[in-house]
Amino acid sequence: MESATALVLNAVIAGLLLGGFYAAVSVGVSISFGMLDVVNIAHPAFIILGSYAAYIVNDRLGVDPIVASLVLSPLFFLLGMAIYRVYYLCFERRGQESLRGLAFFFGILFITEVALILVFGVDYRLARAAYSETTWRLGPVDFPLRLVVPFLVSVAMVIGIEVFLTRTFFGRAVLAVAQDALALRLMGVDTLRVKERAFALSIATAGVAGAFLIVIQPVQPAIGREYIGLVFAVCVLGGMGSIRGTLAGAFILGLAESFTSTFAGPSWAPAVSFGILLATLAFRPSGLFGR
Amino acid sequence: MSNRAFAALALAAAAVLIAASTLVTNDYFFSAAYTVLQFVVLATAWNVLGGYAGYVNFGSAAFFAVGAYSSIFLYKWAHPPLIVMIVVGTLAAALLGLAVGYLTLRLRGVFFAIATLALAVMLFTFVVNWDYVGGARGAYILQPRELPFGLKRYIHVLYGAMVIMAAVALVVARTIETSAIGRGLAAIRDDEMAAECAGVPTLRLKIFAAGVSGGLMGMAGTTFPYYLSYVEPSAAFNLSYAVNSIAMPLIGGMMTWAGPLIGALLLGTVQQLVQVTVSSEWNLLIVGALLVLFVTIAPSGIMGWVGAWKRRKKK
Repeated sequence: MESATALVLNAVIAGLLLGGFYAAVSVGVSISFGMLDVVNIAHPAFIILGSYAAYIVNDRLGVDPIVASLVLSPLFFLLGMAIYRVYYLCFERRGQESLRGLAFFFGILFITEVALILVFGVDYRLARAAYSETTWRLGPVDFPLRLVVPFLVSVAMVIGIEVFLTRTFFGRAVLAVAQDALALRLMGVDTLRVKERAFALSIATAGVAGAFLIVIQPVQPAIGREYIGLVFAVCVLGGMGSIRGTLAGAFILGLAESFTSTFAGPSWAPAVSFGILLATLAFRPSGLFGR
Repeated sequence: MSNRAFAALALAAAAVLIAASTLVTNDYFFSAAYTVLQFVVLATAWNVLGGYAGYVNFGSAAFFAVGAYSSIFLYKWAHPPLIVMIVVGTLAAALLGLAVGYLTLRLRGVFFAIATLALAVMLFTFVVNWDYVGGARGAYILQPRELPFGLKRYIHVLYGAMVIMAAVALVVARTIETSAIGRGLAAIRDDEMAAECAGVPTLRLKIFAAGVSGGLMGMAGTTFPYYLSYVEPSAAFNLSYAVNSIAMPLIGGMMTWAGPLIGALLLGTVQQLVQVTVSSEWNLLIVGALLVLFVTIAPSGIMGWVGAWKRRKKK
């Protein structure tokens, strides 16, 4: 029976480590979709873009991919600002954001994916870090560092965002926009600027999460789609726009997926996040931590 | 034009298309035309729920695959004639559509769209793990040897079937559009709460529209296994079906049956040309780019332009 306990323990640890990474992947959608009402269905595409950006820097200069992504994050911030500008001018200002905005981001998702395929091909790529091959062992439990390092940085990033949103002036402005943008406009606040920066922040987190992804597993352009369900599942499960909820939802999904792949086989894993998403949408649309 | 006249016209057009095809000797033509017509069916079907009622379905590939896999299942199980496969696949996808219609009870707007996407991935995982229909390895389907009506190649049969399916889809869509159901759906699209208050049976209409839309998408998939001879899950669940069936009505115009038709003919033909002359990756890039371009610049699609032009001419 000892091997069974070890199996369960390993599944729990793997699930928690995975969950930390999922939090980084989803926190951006929590901001854009949960707080700003911008349905950025292309978020996973920006994550894959971040993966490739980290990969190029890692491949050419030998810099650690996660460090590289942090250095590159201002570029993603600017990209996010540009995209929000287009989105605002074409859809939000005209009040057509629901259907056409969705189609817009769906198109962006495709363009990014196909453009990456045209440049890099469909081969799987992996970025190498100094700790990629190392695994710590604690009794029967494995701690592969290629999962531990992204986990730590990711949890730090998500907590940092939570602190930023609740403690700083700008962060509170974002929360205020989420609550009642009209009231804020009446008080003379430039909500457009607030939303633009907040959306840019969400794209910047996608860039960093992409570096985690390519450290954890090999990446090819089309795998972004698998994360669409995941990010929205985490976001909805945790309750829209709640960063703490996102963290909790990410851990729940990480554990669920890790247990499924341990006990039912990895081919069933994608069904888990989408199944949880469907069930949440059908039975508790406000999520675990929703208002 | 009355519905009956339109149906007669559509069937006559289908007959002409089939008759004219006997003059064509190039087999590539049939394969290309089959693909374009398949998109006509998909886009028209998507538009019944997406365009008329305003519920965006990202899961077109799931319905298409339900049609395709019900055919594969029947093929492995009993080898029935093609017409039985078409009917059963359509009904199976329509049932799934009815279930999706019930989802709209709780899910509006974006949440509905995300739920349909989730549904597609769940069905995909299910099919990958279902060994009877081939699982992840895929399934081989042999085209029948004996051909009806003295036709020479099986692709001619598939082409004929797809022409008729496209005509049926267009007739169904137009009938819905011009009937009280269509006006009810339009009311839902504009303001669901107001429609409900005005006495429109919103839930019944949405479930009906979702069932019809899903059934027609499934119908387009039923002949897919014979067309390819080898079907793997990622081919049947290809996300490009979802993008195309959204992009085509958006580009053509979503308010009338003609929009998806024009969008599908245009985009489908462009894709065939690009696929032959450049590559299949570029062809998806073009679809994505056109989709983004049209939603940003021409939100009402080509039919929107036509409408504006007509109004200007009246003045």
